[in-house]
Amino acid sequence: MNDLHTVVLVTGVLGLLLVATAVGQFLARRPDRGLDPGAVRAFNQRLRGWWIMGALMGAAFWLGVTATVTLFGLVSFWALREFITLTPTRRGDHRALFWVFVLFTPVHYVLVAYNRYDVFSVFLPVYATLFVLARVAFTGDYTRFLERTAKIQAGLVVCVYCVSFAPALLQIPTAATAPGSGNFRLLFFLILLVQFADAMQHVWSRLIGRRLVAAEVSSDRSWEGLLGSATSTALLAAALWWAAPPYEPWQAALAGFVIALLGFAGGMTMAAIKRDRGVKDHGTLVVGHGGVLDRIDSLCFAAPVFYHLTLAVSGAATPVAGG
Amino acid sequence: MLSPADITAQPRHAPEGPSARTTRSPVCRAAGLTLAALARLLSGASARWIASQPDTCQRVYFANHTSHLDALVVWASLPQPVRELTRPVAAKDYWSRGLLRRWLAEEVFDALLIDRTDIKVHQSPVDLMLREIGTTKSLIVFPEGSRSVTGEVGEFKSGLYYLAKKRPDIELVPVHIDNLNRVLPRGEFLPVPLLSCISFGAPMWLERDEMKADFLARARRAVLALKE
Repeated sequence: MNDLHTVVLVTGVLGLLLVATAVGQFLARRPDRGLDPGAVRAFNQRLRGWWIMGALMGAAFWLGVTATVTLFGLVSFWALREFITLTPTRRGDHRALFWVFVLFTPVHYVLVAYNRYDVFSVFLPVYATLFVLARVAFTGDYTRFLERTAKIQAGLVVCVYCVSFAPALLQIPTAATAPGSGNFRLLFFLILLVQFADAMQHVWSRLIGRRLVAAEVSSDRSWEGLLGSATSTALLAAALWWAAPPYEPWQAALAGFVIALLGFAGGMTMAAIKRDRGVKDHGTLVVGHGGVLDRIDSLCFAAPVFYHLTLAVSGAATPVAGG
Repeated sequence: MLSPADITAQPRHAPEGPSARTTRSPVCRAAGLTLAALARLLSGASARWIASQPDTCQRVYFANHTSHLDALVVWASLPQPVRELTRPVAAKDYWSRGLLRRWLAEEVFDALLIDRTDIKVHQSPVDLMLREIGTTKSLIVFPEGSRSVTGEVGEFKSGLYYLAKKRPDIELVPVHIDNLNRVLPRGEFLPVPLLSCISFGAPMWLERDEMKADFLARARRAVLALKE
């Protein structure tokens, strides 16, 4: 039964991607449709990014929990590289940054892989923070001290801590899965909704968007886009409630609504950082998709909330397997 | 566009005797490939060819100097066939210290080590470089001479001018290295894996009757122009 659900879900998404790709290719070959060729190109590039992401996710799912946690670890690592590259740091931050990259990030993901929620929920926000503060103080360079340490902490929380709640979903014990077998449909559900909310936000903003949330930060994110995206995502989530084991339809709708709101907030946050640094995209890894950070900005904000919602819905006080 | 390189019409792959490259052991070749891949991965270097294309013709790549990793990463971001023919010029005092470093410099990435402390009139580094590259190899040089402390690109030393004067047929390609000084700053030995960018600009040559100072300033501007 579970397998049937997974098959339906994967086939559905694959079909949707195939149809969208066919439409995109058709539009790209017929430039006389009165459509903005730039928008068609952007759509096709976005699709290519989704295919790459889908293939990576498929490979990780197929290889199991450890592989998926590792994949997200690499994504976090790369996103943090982009984040710190974009942020000016001083020579005095060098050693603190070294340990952040080679020690704190990998150890955090090892804790996630072993499902040590009690440790990993405080490891970065408390202990890494204390370490960064102290390590920078030890270098003797106190210029703009709080500003510099806050940048490193923000990078760690957004790129590593928040993202890691996505693979951590796999280990929440629910009635539908045997402990240790991995709760892949929850992760799939989250990523699908995040991507859907992102796309819907663009569609609604383009169709009826008039009141921009903050024109200085983002020239296309509107209140109409936010509401439209949250409503559409809630509807899709309710329709797909069977795919996320512990959720009832109304709970799924609520989760979809919250995911869309937070995804939007994540996009706004990254846009503000990029505006401040005067760049458009964070990197050049995937053509048309900017950097890794541009792709996961919505996920960063949505993952921890979805994780804790799932905990609440499944009635588990702590997600320790067998607990 | 007619360039001095076209006029002199050097054969692009001059048939020579067995070069040092082809006689290198497979271990060194494999180590070279691994090292290049590792350097690219660690420094997150993306190579941008802005107004030139990778080519195996004889070239001198000249870049701003920001980090000990510069020579290695510029070398690593060249495509493999070009890399095989390109020798970074590096400081002997740094790269001949320790067995591993010396092995890497001499055997793996085939660096041309220059003794900065012992430069004689009759044995100038430029003559040494020209002798070593023959008619096939390319060079990576850092005309500032040493790594900049402030992050600004310093004045160029005259070596580049004499290279251009003695071999007017060689293409001089400006290279700008961005962000590598944050990966491994001066005085640090553990790298932080940030992202860096290596930009290759349009080839240039020494103009007829161009003064040394003018040429060096023009070359420096060509590197700075790649900064965007």
